[in-house]
Amino acid sequence: MDLFNNLIFGFGVAFSLQNLLYCLIGVSVGTLIGVLPGIGPLGTIAILMPITYSVSPVGALIMLAGIYYGAQYGGSTTAILVNLPGETSAVVTCIDGYQMARQGRAGPALAIAAIGSFIAGTFGTLLIAVAGPPLADVALKFGSPEYFSLMLMGLVAAAVLAEGDIVKSLAMVAFGLLLGIVGTDVNTGTQRYSFGVAELTDGIGFIVVAVGVFAIGEIISNLGGSEERRVFTSKVSNLMPSLEDFKRSIGPILRGTGLGCFFGVLPGTGPAIASFASYMVEKKVADDPSRFGKGAIEGVAGPESANNADAQCKFIPMLTLGLPASGVMALMLGALTIQGIQPGPQVMTTRPELFWGLVASMWIGNAMLVILNLPMIGLWVKLLQVPYRLLFPAIMAFSAIGIYSVNNSSMEIYLTAAFGIVGFICMRLGFPLAPMLLGFVLGPMMEENLRRSMLMSGGDATVFVRQPISLAFIIATAVILVVMVLPAVRKRRGEITG
Amino acid sequence: MNRSTLDNKDVWAGLFLIVVGVLAVFFARNYPFGTALRMGPGYFPTVLGALMVLFGLYTLANGLRSGEKIEGNWPLRALIVLPLALVLFGVLIERAGFVPAMLVLIFGSGLAGTEFRLIEMLIFSVLLTALCAIVFVWALGLPYPLIAGF
Repeated sequence: MDLFNNLIFGFGVAFSLQNLLYCLIGVSVGTLIGVLPGIGPLGTIAILMPITYSVSPVGALIMLAGIYYGAQYGGSTTAILVNLPGETSAVVTCIDGYQMARQGRAGPALAIAAIGSFIAGTFGTLLIAVAGPPLADVALKFGSPEYFSLMLMGLVAAAVLAEGDIVKSLAMVAFGLLLGIVGTDVNTGTQRYSFGVAELTDGIGFIVVAVGVFAIGEIISNLGGSEERRVFTSKVSNLMPSLEDFKRSIGPILRGTGLGCFFGVLPGTGPAIASFASYMVEKKVADDPSRFGKGAIEGVAGPESANNADAQCKFIPMLTLGLPASGVMALMLGALTIQGIQPGPQVMTTRPELFWGLVASMWIGNAMLVILNLPMIGLWVKLLQVPYRLLFPAIMAFSAIGIYSVNNSSMEIYLTAAFGIVGFICMRLGFPLAPMLLGFVLGPMMEENLRRSMLMSGGDATVFVRQPISLAFIIATAVILVVMVLPAVRKRRGEITG
Repeated sequence: MNRSTLDNKDVWAGLFLIVVGVLAVFFARNYPFGTALRMGPGYFPTVLGALMVLFGLYTLANGLRSGEKIEGNWPLRALIVLPLALVLFGVLIERAGFVPAMLVLIFGSGLAGTEFRLIEMLIFSVLLTALCAIVFVWALGLPYPLIAGF
């Protein structure tokens, strides 16, 4: 059986001492920043990416992925213990998780969150392993028109499904695409938007944009709010959930996993949506919905499974199609590119160790989170007491070293500062930043495929609707746009007349 | 412009998009546009810039109609001090070395906060700089002189 052999191969890769170490570092750092509010996985992955340059591509990806799902795990820990969602995905977990903690049942809540996440992670990993190869096979047959339409669909879907104003999201995609254009045009050698700055002729660094917007911009924004942090540490004793807890949780875990897998492959939907959907479903199907909000274990088990499954399944379009479905995946794609790997369906055949090694490592990483982190909860909670006034200068320091170490270029430091300001302004004006990053990453590829398609078709724009696969993507794009825009229009009209 | 326009979120958002879009089209005017068959380097950016202007106009109109206000504060201090600290880091690391650049960056960043404590931040800057020097320069071998000239 192919799947079986592939997984064994993957575990062989992931179980190497080095890769195990990268996985451990990844999930530990991830948990750490998941616990700490004010710094998310996007910023951390961007800051730490330069460190992975000297690491093998597999190791780099394993570590970065570990940060991503580790952060989710850490976020739920603080949500349960101190009613403080370290990550947005854990907002829902606060509702019942914190209530359980107040009733002295923090242990079972943490344990069921970990176990649910692990089960969801296992399913997610399996789904990637099963669905990945056939998807990549299909994608291998894509030509330029198909790729252009696919990216168009990905970008539009990501923008439309992201929270907030659709037009603003689309505008941010366009902004990102424009930023991606900066530098030397590959076809003609024309300098675009480089304004005679030597450092810009190769384009704006990916890390520069990501760190600027997600680390520096975020800090500026945080300093605008008031810092208020209740540090209330409930004693965690008796981790083991009872048999009754397990019985109540198994359904929510499985349903949450299903929802998470579904939302996971959709572009633009963050794990927060999956966990929220799961909470709603559990409340609907519960015998006694009134228990929710008062410490129902189902309200922890479902959402926690959902957000972890979502996190894992986000890798499917990235690994098989080279299409990032979220900001974090755009970073992963950037990491691959920096490692000299052209993302796309061919990765699975040309670099099988990368795909299967990463898939296997995610399973191992999830196991590590359960085994290693449950006993360390006390330590993580202590870390919550690090005040932000010390945390953010440290983040600044790591950001600066990270960026400077890439090219030893002060110009990139100045650009990062500028992107920090731009990022902050965008946040305050209600522009979502993840679509911008997606546009930035996909921009050069998209333009290239557009120009190649037009050249091949002799300037006939109908090439995008004449190829059946491309047509399907175009239709899907149109449907997504229409479906999402209509209710917004109706609602807005309602607001005016009503 | 009356007061309600000054903190109107979408009016500013729309203006932001229009300015970026117009600048994009303006600078792209020198890049050969080409034809649909042979798209020049100016084609894609011009189209994108125009799209941004359209999105901007829509957002602007939306703002005038809804009048939604900007939420959150404008932390002027952080907005000036943090980028400045980064710029100083960039200048110093090339001319004065790793240690002065880090000290200035960390201490300078700390100044941006509202809960700044002088002694604490001084000690923290020194400790963190030492830690970074050990980890990045000594252990990971980044090729920066600790202090220029030494």
